[in-house]
Amino acid sequence: MSQWVINGIRRGIKTTAYPGGTERAGGVTPGLPHGGEVDAATGAALVERCPTEALSQTNGNVLVDNRRCVHCYRCIRDVEHPLDWQQTYEWAAVRDSQNEFGPAFEHSIHIIVVDAGDCGACLNEVKQLNNPYYNMHRLGFFITPTPRHADVMLVVGPVTDHMRFVLHKIYEAMPMPKRVVAVGACAVSGGVFAGSFVCAKGLAGVLPVDVEVPGHPPPPLAILHGLLVAVGGKTSATLVSPPAAIEANSLQS
Amino acid sequence: MPIGPKYSGVTESVLFLLETVGEDVIRSVPRLFYKWRAIEKLAEGKTADEALLLAERFAATTAFAHGLAFCRAVESICGADVPTRARVLRVFLAELERLRQHAGAIQEICESTALVVANSQAGILEEDLLRISGELTSHRYLFGLLVPGGLLCDLSNDACRKALGQSQRALKQLNELEQRLRVSSSFLDRLEEVGFIALRDANAYGLLGPVARASGLVRDLRRAQPYLGYENFDFDVPSEQEGDGYARLRVLFAEARQSVRIMEQAVVALQSGAIHEPIQVRAGVALGWVEAPRGGTFHWVRLTDDGRIARYRIVPPSFANWHGFHLGVEKFAFQDLPIILSTLDLSVAENDR
Repeated sequence: MSQWVINGIRRGIKTTAYPGGTERAGGVTPGLPHGGEVDAATGAALVERCPTEALSQTNGNVLVDNRRCVHCYRCIRDVEHPLDWQQTYEWAAVRDSQNEFGPAFEHSIHIIVVDAGDCGACLNEVKQLNNPYYNMHRLGFFITPTPRHADVMLVVGPVTDHMRFVLHKIYEAMPMPKRVVAVGACAVSGGVFAGSFVCAKGLAGVLPVDVEVPGHPPPPLAILHGLLVAVGGKTSATLVSPPAAIEANSLQS
Repeated sequence: MPIGPKYSGVTESVLFLLETVGEDVIRSVPRLFYKWRAIEKLAEGKTADEALLLAERFAATTAFAHGLAFCRAVESICGADVPTRARVLRVFLAELERLRQHAGAIQEICESTALVVANSQAGILEEDLLRISGELTSHRYLFGLLVPGGLLCDLSNDACRKALGQSQRALKQLNELEQRLRVSSSFLDRLEEVGFIALRDANAYGLLGPVARASGLVRDLRRAQPYLGYENFDFDVPSEQEGDGYARLRVLFAEARQSVRIMEQAVVALQSGAIHEPIQVRAGVALGWVEAPRGGTFHWVRLTDDGRIARYRIVPPSFANWHGFHLGVEKFAFQDLPIILSTLDLSVAENDR
């Protein structure tokens, strides 16, 4: 048995620098496409190739709706003018900015993870948060199996009809104040399953969602960012890129 | 006694109806399909490129295997000839996925037996392999690489060699982990002679993958019906006879070693050339099969004249293996349920397509 202890120590500290610093290791994130100025013909071709309507065109800009991106890479692979792709991971955004989180969430929080039709990837990425690389316990996040102890409900998957009842029961069993975090493109917008007759188009139509984490699946760091946004430890990202183009657009209109 | 659909920490949604006498489970009924997303129906009327997104994303821990089975069905309808380089790269990526998935399964077994250090070390290895996949292909679960007729993007030989080197290092650590697990008596006590499935039962229920091979039912589509040129690769199909949890764990470790062995040969076999041959769509029916990490996977596709999906059926390995769930669980103590569940490595998402 002492072998385990010795070996565990010999492996050293693996924990990521995030959220204090930046994680620079390769392969920690699939990245997201980044919109920007593109000439009309190229933009139209890119919009045409996007299978989930995540891309749109306004005023010579291609806008990317992060909530819909499913990482199919069709806007950068096998195209003449690929879109800019950024290896970021701070993607989570507050859905309703009027919703203040308050002091109840400043200390350690307990999270209940609910699978509402997930493909396994988002769930696996949530599971990675407990491995030594991410170790979310150090930030005061704990996973609980019971809704009675939970402060935050973390939902993955496009919300199938059979899971609606379960979601409502869990939500009602959670004590106030409580928050809901939708993780992954499926929970945020329905993703590729949005057209299915047994799936909701994301969690927002079923429960009040507070924080949305785009990505298909979001890497562990993005989920960690989502949790930190939910407790007020990090600032919210924007759900559409580039943000500057949207501001310019709204000023004009 | 009902357990689920939401139970334990980070688990998939499934309801277990268990009948217990004292500590012993005498009858168990898994109620599945809480996660049914109707993707076979959803695919109807879509083009092959659109349906590929569904094939990749309905059970994403083995995304590449499912995407590959679908692509192979479409390619066989259209009579496409996949370039050699794409075939070899597909083998490389499929084996990388198997290695990662098996590391994940091993981590779950360590977690279920509450062996904390082993759980952490297996967790490190799984994350390492996810990062290797991410660095090589940009996506940690190998999305967006496949396309009917080849691959969507080329991977450089150097990048593949680097990924192989990293995988070999991960395998070395996996081997060390196995050595230590083999002498941890508290760990072995929880696995040995637990969740026993006899060869006769495995055969009768048509079990697949590592679960079947641990019961002595040696079936591997890479051997039985070679595809992508697997007949040119030198590898063994590991098997055990005992059919208990420990046998399944040993099969996982042995298969991980074989995967790296295949990856080594694939990197040597890489030749320069095209990676994508555009397909000419036509009407037809075909079956695509691959040996996914959890076992034999079949995707059956019928295309219309304009290349749209008329009918699509998937037979995932977990669908077969859930039929054998009660074989493993019944007659064992209730506290062994999580351990048996983790050694069976059943995916609900794959079953509830």
